[in-house]
Amino acid sequence: MRTQSSALRSKDLLGIEPLTPDEIELILDTAEGFKEVSERPVKKVPALRGQLVINLFMEASTRTRVSFEIAEKRLSADMLNFAASGSSVEKGETLIDTADNLVAMHPNMIVMRHKHPGSAKMLAERYPNIAIINGGDGAHEHPTQALLDAFTMRERLGRLAGINVTIVGDIKYSRVVRSNIHLLTKMKANVTLAAPPTLLPVEIEKMGVRVVHSLDEAIEGADVVMMLRIQLERQGKLSFPSLREYYNTFGLTRERLRRAKKGVLVMHPGPMNRGVEIASDVADDPKYSVILEQVTNGVAVRMAVLYLLGGAHSAE
Amino acid sequence: MRVVNMNLLITNARVIDPSQELDATLDILIEDGAVARVDKRIKASGVETFDASGLIATPGFIDLHTHLREPGQEHKETIATGTRSAVAGGYTAVCAMANTVPPNDERAVTEMVVAEAARNGWCRVYPIGAVSKGLKGEELAELADLRTAGCVAVSDDGKPVWNAQLMRRALEYCSMLGMPLIAHEEDANLNEDGVMHEGYYSTLLGMKGIPAASEETLVARDVILARLTGSHVHIAHLSTAGAVDAVRRARAEGVLVTCEVTPHHIALGDETVQSFSTNLKMNPPLRSEQHRQAILEGIADGTIDAIATDHAPHHFDEKNVEFDLAPFGVIGLETAFSVCYDRLVREKVIGLPRLIELLSCGPARIFNLPGGTLRPGSLGDVTLLDLEARYEVTREFASKAANSPFVGETLHGRAVATIVGGAIRHDGRSPALVSAGGRAVQQKKAPRRKK
Repeated sequence: MRTQSSALRSKDLLGIEPLTPDEIELILDTAEGFKEVSERPVKKVPALRGQLVINLFMEASTRTRVSFEIAEKRLSADMLNFAASGSSVEKGETLIDTADNLVAMHPNMIVMRHKHPGSAKMLAERYPNIAIINGGDGAHEHPTQALLDAFTMRERLGRLAGINVTIVGDIKYSRVVRSNIHLLTKMKANVTLAAPPTLLPVEIEKMGVRVVHSLDEAIEGADVVMMLRIQLERQGKLSFPSLREYYNTFGLTRERLRRAKKGVLVMHPGPMNRGVEIASDVADDPKYSVILEQVTNGVAVRMAVLYLLGGAHSAE
Repeated sequence: MRVVNMNLLITNARVIDPSQELDATLDILIEDGAVARVDKRIKASGVETFDASGLIATPGFIDLHTHLREPGQEHKETIATGTRSAVAGGYTAVCAMANTVPPNDERAVTEMVVAEAARNGWCRVYPIGAVSKGLKGEELAELADLRTAGCVAVSDDGKPVWNAQLMRRALEYCSMLGMPLIAHEEDANLNEDGVMHEGYYSTLLGMKGIPAASEETLVARDVILARLTGSHVHIAHLSTAGAVDAVRRARAEGVLVTCEVTPHHIALGDETVQSFSTNLKMNPPLRSEQHRQAILEGIADGTIDAIATDHAPHHFDEKNVEFDLAPFGVIGLETAFSVCYDRLVREKVIGLPRLIELLSCGPARIFNLPGGTLRPGSLGDVTLLDLEARYEVTREFASKAANSPFVGETLHGRAVATIVGGAIRHDGRSPALVSAGGRAVQQKKAPRRKK
């Protein structure tokens, strides 16, 4: 058996790109231990007692914010939710001034969601003694989402190496897909992307993935089909002619799913647009859909990340 | 600039003047602000002497593309600080872009720039007028009036002239005035809200891309309009392989098109943006290696006429934000020679005389400016270079701004002294000897006006 690292090298989790396969396995293995905590009658461990975690959400979020909040509470951290709306950000305060003020109150960790790529890195470089966790920076990375996706795949399929993962939809504007590509290629899974050319960023093949424009071709032989949300708020910006046409060409239906391997997992990072990228009978069918398991696992994975970074910090 | 028209004897310099294919150790005598003689061991009594042993003397550098920000954005830069930055980088003249606040779209603004440069400037300032009123791309500015007031070219730089009909009219009108039209080439629709070059790295970083095609489609259009009108179009800060190719082919067909590239497009590629540093955000953006190589080829084969800095100062606060939110632009005057010497001469893309041509003779030739040569009778503007210099770029600039992508880099070769009209305006070796720009010197003669 290979020796596994017992700590992350960086004080931050800014993305999957900087992680080694060993670090990814460490997080997933740690999450396995924490999953059990959420199933106990008393869902709490004292791992981060006395540590302050600030959830700095400059952009709207349901799943990620709630998931981090629950993870922090189950680790006994003191936590504070900061939302841009209703704050001085609306008065024009810059990100750095906002963060400087929060940091002046001595948090141990900051979880940040922001619509601009690189913003988590900006804070990580500015605050050498605070662990920054990227909760999604624009279309760049969303590392904890990819980790919870991988956790779910590994738990269900028993491995990541060699599995065929098909990701369908709005590749261009998705941070989820970038983090997933980094993670899956590092762990030796095969990744296929399917989307109309207008939703594919240029030169994405160079990230080590196969790109096709036919959903049927993409699903053939897949172990996992991950559907991405179409950003309806972008409509009118010429990515495709209509939702109707999109559903007809790239919407996941029960019939289309027949081309996949037996036991195929259907995943979605949420929020779903039913009848746009995915049919309800697929999304709700427990035979395929692990969409709510992803949400459950998200708490365990985030507990693992908080624990590994918070533990490393308190040891200093 | 307050031209003081001094006398100066520069001795023992290796004089490189591509305009007369000169490369020899000589003395240069400047009398009353103009080159009097370039010869061996000149004897002149009662003249201040500058010992240039070990240095290279070249015709003064001319920057075709400088944002001095005054009037209106003096928190970024002023005519005084921008020209101080220019002489610190070896520039004896800069062309001041029109996108000030208000823009230089009428005589009053041009006259203000000329007057302020005469009061507080450290080098010559040649204003560039707007093509359209308010830089809006709708109606022509009063181009003849701008020319009379002192503008040497016109440009809506910062934005393209989107309307092809307006572009055609502007080109036709400029041909009557003998002025080039400087074209900033980008298709706003293709750009969408792009913040960096569209390529592998924009995909990796999840940033919105500015495709090469955005520049190339407009260059293609303007080459066609230059052919139609017979007028001179000058492509600003060209950054893509397709644009280099379009200019090369048009020139072969006799179309009057010239172009410039910036030191940062010569030196840097889009892979550097992985640091998310806002000092790597400019427009046009840093391109991929393929485009950078095409620019180097264009420099080597003569397609590129000039290196221009696109010196674009911004305040620290404006750049101290998320990459998406930062303004486009970097400063360049003080590092231009060193960056180009490192990347072009030391890496053997071109020889030193060709680099000097790109910084001095080329700009003078294509904009029909005085200078760019050390022939007797020409301006006594000289740049002195120390090729042995080696230094680390710090945030200490003469410019008001510090938004340079080269901070922290070690560069080779440096412009160490700058002489404008025979007056030493910068001396990096002994700053105390600088005969000062601005108020310190009493005016002896009326400011030199470009006719």
